[in-house]
Amino acid sequence: MATLVFLEHHDGELLKSSLGVLSKAAELDGDVAGVVLGSGVRDLAAGAGAFGASTVFVADKPELEAPLPQPRVDALARLVADQGFDTVVFAASVLSADVAAGLSARLGAGLNWDLTDLVQQDGSLIGKRPALGDSVYVDVGWTSEPRLALIRAGTFEAKETGGQAEVVDFDVEFEDFSLAATMVEQAHAESEGPSIEEAEVIVAGGRGLGSPENFKLVEELAKALGGAVAATRAVVDAGWYPYATQVGQTGKTVSPKLYVACGISGAIQHKVGMQSSGVIVAINKDPNAPIFEFCDLGVVGDLHEIVPKLTELVQQRRS
Amino acid sequence: MKIAVCIKHVPEGTTHRRINPDSKRLDRSGEGAINPFDTHAVEEALRIKEAEGGEVVVVSMGPPSAQDSVRKALAMGGDGAILITDDAAAGSDLVATTNALAAALEPENADLILFGQQAGDSDGAVLSAAVADRLRRPVISQVAELTLSDGKVTGKRQTEFGYDTIEAPLPAVVAVSDAINEPRYPSLKGIMGARSKPQRTVTVSEVGVDASAVGDPGSKTTVEALNDPPPRGDTVKIEDDGSAPEKIVDYLAEKKVL
Repeated sequence: MATLVFLEHHDGELLKSSLGVLSKAAELDGDVAGVVLGSGVRDLAAGAGAFGASTVFVADKPELEAPLPQPRVDALARLVADQGFDTVVFAASVLSADVAAGLSARLGAGLNWDLTDLVQQDGSLIGKRPALGDSVYVDVGWTSEPRLALIRAGTFEAKETGGQAEVVDFDVEFEDFSLAATMVEQAHAESEGPSIEEAEVIVAGGRGLGSPENFKLVEELAKALGGAVAATRAVVDAGWYPYATQVGQTGKTVSPKLYVACGISGAIQHKVGMQSSGVIVAINKDPNAPIFEFCDLGVVGDLHEIVPKLTELVQQRRS
Repeated sequence: MKIAVCIKHVPEGTTHRRINPDSKRLDRSGEGAINPFDTHAVEEALRIKEAEGGEVVVVSMGPPSAQDSVRKALAMGGDGAILITDDAAAGSDLVATTNALAAALEPENADLILFGQQAGDSDGAVLSAAVADRLRRPVISQVAELTLSDGKVTGKRQTEFGYDTIEAPLPAVVAVSDAINEPRYPSLKGIMGARSKPQRTVTVSEVGVDASAVGDPGSKTTVEALNDPPPRGDTVKIEDDGSAPEKIVDYLAEKKVL
């Protein structure tokens, strides 16, 4: 296999989710290269060597400055054609889903999405995809090359192995229509912790918190654990917390190492967004809440008493 | 202003959906309905039409029963519809669907092509960008606020890092998020009138696509096997007697996630 991993970046850093996909790709047979697209990003490229890339291709162009998908399709189509990659892998994000889909149309290349694993089986590549609310795990394949794969956010851990990558610049010719859309404004949310797609620990709050003010219990626990705060659709709809933090069918799909659900009943719409998390801890006063059927540790009790004490203990343990 | 809205007919509900173990395709034999995400695209198209004038064409690809969803979109206020329905197209993946849908959209010459943010059955959020590339038009996805002025569309959307505002000249492709609006219910008059609106049902060859470009032959991905989800292991359930915080911390330490 000759695999190319799309390395997304933000604020001068490669995303952990992309590096996790790179680490995974490096475990498969064959050569693994990364690609970094942007403006003023050449220095970022070498950093990918430590995560398993033997080569990192860089297109450093002003047209690639804004995180817009279509110029990136032009760049990847060119690179795949010139270098003969048979597989291109992306960590799922708002940007990369559009890039992968555009590349699929451009090259007539098969795209499988929402994958939680990639395995080699009898000489072919198989993707594992949870479907229908994760009630069934589908083995998916490709009938032609290049194979395109979008990996569910947070699936693979970025593992530093300490290698060195050769950085290779390449040129891109852009299609007119690819440069038609332009970024007018980027308003970045001021957040203290990591975003929920990038976080290894997520503490989530639901209706059981009782009021928007009680989200501070969740925030304090998340801070103590070094994690991010998430919310259910019910509380986002009620205006208690911003949409960016919504986990579930109409929000984000996450799979952190630890997911702590506070006052969340575990409706299917929420479950599909978080059930592939590593360890799931649920705190809920209703012993019959559905979340107790798919968590690892279920605590029946009053979160208003448990969470503050838990925060204190975690702070002690980590200090 | 001509707006094309792409909609998908999906199996209804979230609990009774199943994959047929023989065909390894989603079982579409039961009751279906318009993909809920697409109703937001229909609504947005209607609001633009109400503000700017013009027409709204509903475009879909699916089994003959997809007519129900097309009619729902017409009942909401769409002016006409094209449904690509062909046995040869069954089981089309992203590439095959793009081949047929882009071919049906091209001669429509719509100023704006709208999609919902994702399909409720396959959870893909990929078709808008694929169709845009095939039609060589700019695309803006996940749009939660849309404005039109001076022949340009501006979309505000949420990303992992905040809000992006993106502008593109028409003709353009836009996928809207379900936060953009509250879809209307069809009025009785709308429902009654839907049947008499111009609706074309076409085969893939009628949109100029060879049967080898759709369905299994046109698809570049396969379903190899269906498996049960991996077991989560046993749930430890405790009742709080005041010691729950200590027990949680011990558990997290044991699982090495602290």
